[in-house]
Amino acid sequence: MSTLTGTGHLARLILRRDRIVLPLWVLLLTVLPVSYAGSFFALFPTAAERAAYVTGTARNPSVVALLGPVYGDSVGALTAQRGGFLQVIVGLAALLTVIRHTRTEEEAGRRELLGATVLGRYAGLTAALLVTYAASLLLGLLTAAGLAATGLPAAGSLAYGLSAALVGVVFATVGGLAAQLTQTAGGARGIAVGVLGVAFTLRLVGDTSEHGWPSWLSPLGWAARIRAYAGEHWWVLALPVALTVLLAVVAYPVSVRRDLGAGVLPSRPGPVRAGRVLSGPFGLAWRLHRGPLLGWSVGFLLLGSVVGGAAEAAGRSVAGNAALEQVMARLGGASGLAEAYLGVSLGVAGLAAAGYGVQAALRMRSEEAAGRAEPVLATGVHRSTWLAAHLVFVLLGPVVVLALVGLAAGLTYGLSIGDVPGQLPRMLGAGLAQVPAAWVLAGLAVLLYGLLPRLSPAAWAVLAVVVLLGQLGAVLELSQWLLDLSPFTHTPQVLRAGWSVTPLLALTVLAGVFCAVGFASFRRRDIPVG
Amino acid sequence: MTGLVKTFGRTRALDGLDLNVRAGEVHGFLGPNGAGKSTAIRVLLGLLRADAGAVRLLGGDPWRDAVTLHRRLAYVPGDVTLWPQLSGGEVIDLLGRMRGGLDPKRRAELLASFELDPRKKGRTYSKGNRQKVGLVAALASDVELLILDEPTSGLDPLMEEVFQHWIDRARRDGRTVLLSSHILAEVEALCDRVTIIRNGRHVETGTLTELRHLHRTAIDAELAGPVDGLADLPGVHDLRVDGDRVRFAVDTVALDAALRRLTEIGVRSLVSQPPTLEELFLRHYETPAPDAPVSAAPGSDQPTGVRR
Repeated sequence: MSTLTGTGHLARLILRRDRIVLPLWVLLLTVLPVSYAGSFFALFPTAAERAAYVTGTARNPSVVALLGPVYGDSVGALTAQRGGFLQVIVGLAALLTVIRHTRTEEEAGRRELLGATVLGRYAGLTAALLVTYAASLLLGLLTAAGLAATGLPAAGSLAYGLSAALVGVVFATVGGLAAQLTQTAGGARGIAVGVLGVAFTLRLVGDTSEHGWPSWLSPLGWAARIRAYAGEHWWVLALPVALTVLLAVVAYPVSVRRDLGAGVLPSRPGPVRAGRVLSGPFGLAWRLHRGPLLGWSVGFLLLGSVVGGAAEAAGRSVAGNAALEQVMARLGGASGLAEAYLGVSLGVAGLAAAGYGVQAALRMRSEEAAGRAEPVLATGVHRSTWLAAHLVFVLLGPVVVLALVGLAAGLTYGLSIGDVPGQLPRMLGAGLAQVPAAWVLAGLAVLLYGLLPRLSPAAWAVLAVVVLLGQLGAVLELSQWLLDLSPFTHTPQVLRAGWSVTPLLALTVLAGVFCAVGFASFRRRDIPVG
Repeated sequence: MTGLVKTFGRTRALDGLDLNVRAGEVHGFLGPNGAGKSTAIRVLLGLLRADAGAVRLLGGDPWRDAVTLHRRLAYVPGDVTLWPQLSGGEVIDLLGRMRGGLDPKRRAELLASFELDPRKKGRTYSKGNRQKVGLVAALASDVELLILDEPTSGLDPLMEEVFQHWIDRARRDGRTVLLSSHILAEVEALCDRVTIIRNGRHVETGTLTELRHLHRTAIDAELAGPVDGLADLPGVHDLRVDGDRVRFAVDTVALDAALRRLTEIGVRSLVSQPPTLEELFLRHYETPAPDAPVSAAPGSDQPTGVRR
């Protein structure tokens, strides 16, 4: 039996199980850059308007931090920069797909069922990788075709499409390797998303500082450095290909050496008796949530330190750029620009914290679906108490991580401008200002869980829409009522415009109503809903 | 519970179920997969809300008084799933504490007799060992009622024996046990009374003796003379004559008449087998109509069970 026997069957199984989700992300991530090109053609038809946009907006450090550098002022170059953040989402989708079809399958025991049939040792990993590679390449080629169809140069379109495809390929392989290392899909996702976060941070630091070299360490940095529509550097495409081969060379032997169901990282024996904390629903919730809370806290501390440290340099980097200096003057000088950059970064942190809240809320759903809620609710634990124990983390978790990102940013920014006592509380406040909007999304997840538990993963879709609204809003000039759907539209720009209590209060009340409805529905419904 | 109805969408999982467990007894709850056993148990636990019917549990309403009632019972689901990051010992203590305390001495005894390593993490336990974690947690708790939903699935025969020993001990301690199962030997060995359900409806309840009484006894006899007059007796079925040897099945009500006829002919040897639970069980599940009364069950195609 060949080591690859059955790969084709498995690949078909994956395509069958992913027949909705996979086409959805491929299509969405294809349509978005094409729509960017269309809107740039419409918004800035002349070279002069585009040049003004580049000096006024595209070179703005906070834009560069999020999207990456801009090379030139052609419509193509602007589109390639705008699509910079989409590359992160391509990578995320690719790694989640691979982990879902490798480690998740193994954890659920379904792989065992298949492993007993005729399957080669490499078939599982290969099938998941091949499907995801194919999806990434399809995404790249469709994007290239779509961009060329808008009238952009074919060569640049191909370069941009391939850069996106290769980000998908690299992070698919990262996901494949992570899936071999841990025993749980959650652990594998943590590692792979962590790698993606490090890649993003390296690119962010490299692109916003005088030294560009950290960007050259990041697959996301490479994607920009192909310089689509700006004298393509085709050789850069070799970097992700080489990294993919390297990762696969590591992942494959590991996948064979370990036993089915086991990971490389060992699992230690636990205690014979439960500690004093683990004696009720709150102790249990603490044990279930503390790992993710720690992970998110570390990530947010890093993010805060990095953006806080980069902010002062970002404010200075526009010196000599007349157009930007004008914008700066409106914002209140160099410090105003640095703070605009910090404001944007904390906004991203707010979205991430909402993601954490949703994740923590959906933990209840997985507890119920896996049959772990039932034995607890059959003891002297009231339904409300069980829900409340999880809700502590759903609501306080985002507060903790946003406080950390604010404190870290305040500390490093304060150090760089010599004003720690002043900046620490300001940044802490600016971080915490994001909390109510994050609560609204987390509360929505609680509402869905209580009312329509089977639909509760839709909370992720809502979060995705909110992220896209924030991304697309400015470019597509969407109408205000559409932007108003996002709770983050209502979050006051504390650093620039000061505190405004009414919207924060309104968001908090809305989140409270969501939670209360979720609570009431959960108390009345059947458990478990499978 | 009486007249219990529970529907999921268009599926009628429970369709007028009656179940009555007396204090201090071990009550078998028998039915094939999908008969509605787990649904009934979840209604008893106040996890599911019944659409119709009356339910009382330990003198309370399982939906309204869930928490107070839960402190007096322990539940083991048919498929125990554990938290991957908690050790077996932690899960046992956690569930015990949430029920209001467990007996540390009995916990240690249980761990020893089930040969369970409490230090392993949830994700590394096999199916049988996960089941043991649930059982140890339940049996070590100081509760008056044990609700066990197919608790021995995945246990090997040795552990099955250990389980039976502990249930026996629970009975002697005066605890009530509701044991859902489709393993007949287990129910036969343990249960005082049995309720059989099918398609969400109650088919039969009684002690094993009572249930057997309603059914047929298999007779295998060697006679001194020619066999006659047996075939005409009411209640005699499947008569097979092989020389002076007869085999037949007889309704319990007609047993006396049939034996009298045999002794009139003259009996050289006689083996009688009461119906096994398996036969009772199969009789119910082979009949197409779920609500067919017991006495009308056809008897021609019953496989003969082996006496245990």
